[in-house]
Amino acid sequence: MKLLMEKSCEGRSLSLLGPCDVPLVQPSRTREQPPRLPQLSETELSRHYSALARRAHGVNDGFYPLGSCTMKYNPAVNEEAAALRGFTAVHPLQPLHTAAGCLEVLAETEERLCAVTGMDAFTFQPAAGAHGEFTGLLLLKAYHTHRGEGAVRNKILVPDSAHGTNPASAAMAGYQVVNLPSGPDGCVDLEALRRAVGPDTAGLMLTNPNTVGLFDKNILEITRIVHEAGGLCYYDGANLNAVMGVARPGDMGFDVVHLNLHKTFSTPHGGGGPGSGPVGCKAFLEAYLPAPRFEKKDGEWREKPCPETIGRVRGFQGNFLVVVRALTYLLMLGREGVPEAARNAVLNANYMKAGLEDLYPMAYPGLCMHEFVMSLEKLKEETGVTALDVAKALLDEGIHPPTMYFPLIVHEALMVEPTETEPKETLDEAVEALRAIYQKAKEDPAYLKACPHHAQIGRPDEVNAARHPVLRYRPEGEQG
Amino acid sequence: MGSFVPNTPAQQEEMLRKVGCEGWRDLYRDVPEEVYLKEGPDLPPGMGEQQALAHMEELADKNRVFPHIFRGAGAYAHYIPAIVGRVVRKESFLTSYTPYQAEISQGILQAIFEYQTMICELTGLDVSNASVYDGATAAAEAAALCAERRRVRVLLSEGLPPQVIETVRTYCFGSGLPVETIPLTEGVTDLGALEKALGPDAACFVMAQPNYYGMIEPAEELGQLVHKAGARYVMSCNPISLGLLPTPAQCGADLAVGEGQPLGMPLSWGGPYLGYMAATAAMMRKLPGRIVGQTRDDKGERAFVLTLQAREQHIRREKAGSNLCSNEALCALTASVYLAAQGPEGLRQTALQCCSKAHYLQKVLEEAGLEPVYQGEFFHEFLTRAPRREALLKRLEEEGYLGGLPVGEDQLLWCATEKNTREEMDRLARLVKEVLA
Amino acid sequence: MNFPSELQYSKSHEWVRRQGDTAEIGLTDYAQNELGGIVFVNLPQVGDEVTMGEALGDVESVKSVSDVYSPVSGVVSEVNEALLDTPEAINQDPYGAWLVRVEQVTGSEELLSAQEYEEHIRTEQ
Repeated sequence: MKLLMEKSCEGRSLSLLGPCDVPLVQPSRTREQPPRLPQLSETELSRHYSALARRAHGVNDGFYPLGSCTMKYNPAVNEEAAALRGFTAVHPLQPLHTAAGCLEVLAETEERLCAVTGMDAFTFQPAAGAHGEFTGLLLLKAYHTHRGEGAVRNKILVPDSAHGTNPASAAMAGYQVVNLPSGPDGCVDLEALRRAVGPDTAGLMLTNPNTVGLFDKNILEITRIVHEAGGLCYYDGANLNAVMGVARPGDMGFDVVHLNLHKTFSTPHGGGGPGSGPVGCKAFLEAYLPAPRFEKKDGEWREKPCPETIGRVRGFQGNFLVVVRALTYLLMLGREGVPEAARNAVLNANYMKAGLEDLYPMAYPGLCMHEFVMSLEKLKEETGVTALDVAKALLDEGIHPPTMYFPLIVHEALMVEPTETEPKETLDEAVEALRAIYQKAKEDPAYLKACPHHAQIGRPDEVNAARHPVLRYRPEGEQG
Repeated sequence: MGSFVPNTPAQQEEMLRKVGCEGWRDLYRDVPEEVYLKEGPDLPPGMGEQQALAHMEELADKNRVFPHIFRGAGAYAHYIPAIVGRVVRKESFLTSYTPYQAEISQGILQAIFEYQTMICELTGLDVSNASVYDGATAAAEAAALCAERRRVRVLLSEGLPPQVIETVRTYCFGSGLPVETIPLTEGVTDLGALEKALGPDAACFVMAQPNYYGMIEPAEELGQLVHKAGARYVMSCNPISLGLLPTPAQCGADLAVGEGQPLGMPLSWGGPYLGYMAATAAMMRKLPGRIVGQTRDDKGERAFVLTLQAREQHIRREKAGSNLCSNEALCALTASVYLAAQGPEGLRQTALQCCSKAHYLQKVLEEAGLEPVYQGEFFHEFLTRAPRREALLKRLEEEGYLGGLPVGEDQLLWCATEKNTREEMDRLARLVKEVLA
Repeated sequence: MNFPSELQYSKSHEWVRRQGDTAEIGLTDYAQNELGGIVFVNLPQVGDEVTMGEALGDVESVKSVSDVYSPVSGVVSEVNEALLDTPEAINQDPYGAWLVRVEQVTGSEELLSAQEYEEHIRTEQ
């Protein structure tokens, strides 16, 4: 399909601006030529984006079991709340007494997230999970620096099964990364952990349930080992959906957490963002949270003095409208609904797993949490069909494939996270589809190698895309 | 009581049996007793959709929506074409995630490719990424990617918005890069001070165009100084101003970043906003975050994919230049639709009206008794002295006017956009005059 | 697979062409085959010191990045900048597509002959 720029026709436009009602003034120096933005009518613009939308797959279009991304349904009411003019038309630098509603949204959400995580305070500045990780690690850094150990405690422990953002965030925060090998059960190897901690340990970053979908039953021992070495424990909330309302990171011994409102708390992913990655911490770290912070005293909102803050991590107060959506969701679910969602996320994952494990070997046996990892190593050996081929075959079934080739410690991995918002019927259909693909792999591997057969495009040439990058449109004849 | 779980209790029972669990506690058998919440979470009871929305409406009503906004300082009230909202509310855009599976994500990928193209056109630079969180974090990411082994010092113009300077400082607390600020003279960056601060260990100089005080910086001269010292030049530009002002490429910038909010995003008390980021071809592989590229599929048809992924955290882990993963894709889409709706002439007119109205506003405010602080050229913001500042803002607030932002002891930072009318500005000036009388 | 006998090999799959106190370094046929389509190389700068056993740069495929270890210690005298535009040369002609030339070579790992290297690959598998 054509690009906007290829549809452009000189002289076409929308009628947006009226004539200027004051004398015209323009800067003395101006650009040499106008930007070559597309020139289109509203009809064409509307149809262009309708066509692009048809070439996208959202949760609203179909099943989206993308492991570790928690692609749950995004309730319509969230969008209604986020579209209220009382939120969208508020300037971030309005006087506080004229933005009391926004401040209360943050306060009410903070209170609820504290209840769910067992933390004492939250900041909403971080705009995404990785941004939250970075912010949380700076809290650790500020804490150790404040105690005179900033220079000595320069290492962060990260399991080898962790999301790539963990080590990347640690490096951005100026830390050396120590990779912890996982045990054969996919969980933290306690002996390896004991050997790794020491006077140079700043902290441990852990996802629990972890990235292979298992709840680490040694969690209390793990956090104790790190604390005894003088380090702090960081909880990556990527997988909180499995345990929200069931168990709290604060009770597991974690000192700092980040949450992904766009995963656990049902806000839409927007094709890659915006998310929101609020960071919570125990009281002893609160002083370091990003400033400004606000408090209500004698009925008046005011800025709290924050002399020990790490500073801002973003302009203004974060992705506020995402917080609005998450609060709407939390209001609806409440005391009963939050653990109900977690329980059903876990149940749905186990149900799918049970329907597949006789054909697809699971990387780790037993019950899983909200997601499970299959290894297609054996299938690949027998038929040559890879995890990638199976993923591409699912596209033909209208199902978004699971996460592929992650975690790195499992070969030919497919990681499935159905979420609690899928009915049993959808799970049954997906199980059937995967079983049929397995049979096909045995009978006609060549067919699978050529999948997808009915998608928007065939398999793209990613090697050439990266070797000779074309990252923007240029009019014909123009040099790149 | 609210729930989005479709499975009925009977189905849940059946499924529990199928997975071999006796009940919910058994499903969570790996969770130790000490941390299992027997009583559930300490939350209020849930609500129906109607009650939840009513509660949110109640909160929204506690905010004041100003019909007349004359405050910018990093967030700007512009007219948003109706088509923008219509497009970005489409569910397939809203509820998809990062387009990892190119074969069913061509719509998202093409939209990002178009966005990258338009950001390149706006800035004159060669490549753009698919977005970062906001203008402040874009500046911080830019500073970080300029650092090299022997070039570590980050120089910031004091003409950058304070929230940007603070954010860059926080990022540098993490990375350990030293930060210095370069003072202003007559409202623009002091060339002499910059020249002195540059040196063989300077990584980059980051400035704002127009700057926080609305002033138009001598961007080309600054760029020449920076390059003479061998450092990188980062311009943080208001994207609307690029409808008129010389492009970052024209000014010699290595990187252009900025707050993309003016491109069709509502004020929303600060977010979601959009950090845009563009670079010269030479810096391409240092850009953080997602980038979409054009290629062909196995039938030879044009196709779009996420590319240059080996830069990113999911592959390079602790050696990655940035931890960026989720970005602001939907805001990038917003900006695309905005720019496409405006077209080149619409954007130029918008910039021209912003500039013109701000100059009119400055004139009528001066006549009403608010003297401008600087004499130099400005775009759509300017600083005035403000005697009786508190009384003034209070009176304006009563009349539905969000006046200029208080700066320093006795100054106000004003902003006008294409949305403000002459009538509105004349009335504002009368109100000011009354208070000062 | 092709392993020219006039070259020496490291266990981490680099080849070395020694001439006096300079050494040319590249990736073996085996390495390029394992990596698949190479899309980019990150090379050191001329004048950089390299140390045997330490990374001198890396090579990227679509979804992986692998360090290239220097089999020798010395100073980089030349880098093959053509590879920045045509990284596919490493896949097409691994022994022509040298990555760097190192001079003032002061030390070297114990390098393998072509025969020993082939044996090493077999045992590694």
